[in-house]
Amino acid sequence: MIQTLGLRTAAVALVAAVASFGSPSAMAWEPTRTVEFIVPAGTGGGADQMARTIQGIITKHSLMKQSMVVVNKAGGAGGEGFLDIKNSKGNPNKLIITLSNLFTTPLATGIPFSWKDMTPVAMLALDEFVLWVNADSPYKTVGDFVKAMKAAPPGQFKMGGTGSKQEDQIITVAIEKATGTKMTYIPYKGGGEVAVQLVGKHVDATVNNPIEAVAQWRAGKLRPLCVFDSKLLAGKDKIAGEMSWSDIPTCKSQGLDIEYLMLRGVFMPPGVPKDAVEYYVELFKKVRATPEWAQLMADGAFNQSFMSGADYAKWVEGEEKRHRDLMKEAGFLATN
Amino acid sequence: MEGIGDLMTGFAVVLSWQNLLYMLIGIVLGVIIGVLPGLGGANGVAILLPLTFTMSPTSAIILLSCIYWGALFGGAITSILFNIPGEPWSVATTFDGYPMAQNGKAGEALTAAFTSSFVGALFAVIVITLAAPLVASFALQFGPAEKFSVFFLAFCSFVGMGKEPPTKTIAAMMLGFALAAVGTDTVTGQLRLTFGSTELLGGFDFLIAVIGLFGIGEILLTMEEGLSFKGKAAGISPAVVWQTWKELPRYWMTSLRSCLIGCWMGITPAGATPASFMSYGIAKRASRKGDQFGKGEVEGVVAPETAAHAAGTSALLPMLSLGVPGSPTAAVLLGGLLIWGLQPGPLLFVEQKDFVWGLIASMYLGNIVGLIVVLTMVPFFAAILRVPFAIIAPIILVVCAIGAYTVHNSTFDVVMMLVFGVAGYLFKKCNYPLAPLVLAIVLGDKAEEAFRQSLLISQGGLGVFFSNGLVGSIMVLGLVALFWPVLSNFYSRLLTSRRA
Repeated sequence: MIQTLGLRTAAVALVAAVASFGSPSAMAWEPTRTVEFIVPAGTGGGADQMARTIQGIITKHSLMKQSMVVVNKAGGAGGEGFLDIKNSKGNPNKLIITLSNLFTTPLATGIPFSWKDMTPVAMLALDEFVLWVNADSPYKTVGDFVKAMKAAPPGQFKMGGTGSKQEDQIITVAIEKATGTKMTYIPYKGGGEVAVQLVGKHVDATVNNPIEAVAQWRAGKLRPLCVFDSKLLAGKDKIAGEMSWSDIPTCKSQGLDIEYLMLRGVFMPPGVPKDAVEYYVELFKKVRATPEWAQLMADGAFNQSFMSGADYAKWVEGEEKRHRDLMKEAGFLATN
Repeated sequence: MEGIGDLMTGFAVVLSWQNLLYMLIGIVLGVIIGVLPGLGGANGVAILLPLTFTMSPTSAIILLSCIYWGALFGGAITSILFNIPGEPWSVATTFDGYPMAQNGKAGEALTAAFTSSFVGALFAVIVITLAAPLVASFALQFGPAEKFSVFFLAFCSFVGMGKEPPTKTIAAMMLGFALAAVGTDTVTGQLRLTFGSTELLGGFDFLIAVIGLFGIGEILLTMEEGLSFKGKAAGISPAVVWQTWKELPRYWMTSLRSCLIGCWMGITPAGATPASFMSYGIAKRASRKGDQFGKGEVEGVVAPETAAHAAGTSALLPMLSLGVPGSPTAAVLLGGLLIWGLQPGPLLFVEQKDFVWGLIASMYLGNIVGLIVVLTMVPFFAAILRVPFAIIAPIILVVCAIGAYTVHNSTFDVVMMLVFGVAGYLFKKCNYPLAPLVLAIVLGDKAEEAFRQSLLISQGGLGVFFSNGLVGSIMVLGLVALFWPVLSNFYSRLLTSRRA
């Protein structure tokens, strides 16, 4: 085993040596060391699951010669991970997967980084948000829910969500604005925990991502009211009783005009070679073509948009502006 | 009993040569991971997770969960031999395990620790087998207020427990709370006490603190006392296992109580660390030899180890049935389940019977295999103490430094470890207990989070902590534990006055 490994290394080195003697420009860029894939969030969350799935796909299908390690840098609402990328100028063996904290953390905490400090690689997918209530609750539609909210004294309705001044709370504030009500937002550490708190009736509603709540929905413990997207979700398979993902109405059609999607994208440190960025774009295209990826997308009812290059950068720029406006409106901007 | 039939199917799934081999590999790797401070079970499982994607889900979870069992076993080894807890939940094992090793009873301490771990795990697996659905619905009762009450109980059962005066315990605990407050505040999302330093964004990691306070602190102390382990060379013979086993049944009451505490903590899910501390605290109060605790009492090893293992095992139940991990390692395993295409949740037990019962069967077998593996190694572990201090101390230092570095791949953490080491030395010199400090660093931010979530829910009213029977009775238990020294004092005075 060791011998074959040694031989293989020798062969690789030989090939590399021969190639470097040939025309270097024709030789495509490849990672030279183990690639570090940073997750600016804790283990077990949505971003972490996606990163680890990608790592598994790359290993299983041998998509990359070097290996990939997933490293969690969750400190400071992910600021730790983003600062690491920002400070690794020119290192082409580092990647980071993003959540909305790419925008919200610098705005809410003042930790000094922005997407402009990094090199955009590709958008892998967009994560959806769904308004969930307990299946035992009397609210069958958004209308029922909003009516009950308006009838109750302000602050009595409790919304559970992941983190503070991040995506879940932004949506909560948007719901408050749209309906003219006031809810109490309770921050928890992870999406799975939030779903269980709703099952245990410790909160009245959540805006969990599909993948965080699907298990409880299938078991008949939760009920989806609407999805915060302009179009219906894709999945047609029956999930709970007669309902599939595509049977959940959009919030807009239910009179709650709110749209919010979360970026699951990849960035690199600043000042990396262009070849390296292209290499990773191709790599992620290959990842997206595997059945394992398709399975993850279906399980989590993801919006499967893909972007890279200038399109991606432009999209991110627009999102950043939107988050700034949303956070400003909600009063979440850092004071210092 | 439908569960028993399912379990037999599970055994049929697990009992293939391939799976048994994975089990053995997993246990051995896990023990190694558990021994190395810093490289915890969660890291070990996370590193190996991608390698398992090509395996069948059942084999993969067997391999990974066996690493987890191995790490649970392994954590006790360094606690007993060197007073360096390899894992958070083995801190309480050092209290009596290390003094035992110093009295030349390392073999007994290790045997007691491993055996109680096994008993705790076995008890928890039986609970899972028989009462999985019931237990899952119990876990749903736990909202923020209930969670806070559990942490409250853990802290309270600690005050006045040590040999040190309660004021010193409380002082150490408060310092721990202050350290736990550093980093990001989950409730408001603001940074606290970081003073603009990027290294402090993530707060103080518990592992770094433990490695420094216990590991480095201990080495500094030993150096001062003349460069040698006080430990007499332990009598090393396999017979020590039998002798210890003969003695252990005497502590059945402590074991049973610790099993119950462990299962409760694992399911709620508060985790193995509070379970081990709470169990030790209660055992000390309940035992007739309570005043001997901390001087090398076998019972003081049995209690925390049993509870930690029971909690570690039952922590898998909320992960499987609710999708909420009861421990960091369970969180990584949860990620694995999703990648293998399994959806943890109430339906997992219905739809993936082979997988679930295969896993449960592997818990039985894995722990038996684990016990055999670690027990055969007891004489070797105990023999480490015969190595001269001048050789072993540098090795421990290097291992500690590597361990501290691996937690976040950061050299800053190694510096922090040394700072904590000096702090640990000073604490011991001034007779301040380290354990309350550690407990507060581990649970401080969780307790604070639960407390503030509860107050958000109640809109500021403290009544929420007594709003139903469950939370109310845990809080009362906590208060009783806190004021126990005063109460028992009062009670005995009442008795004497009546007699007079």
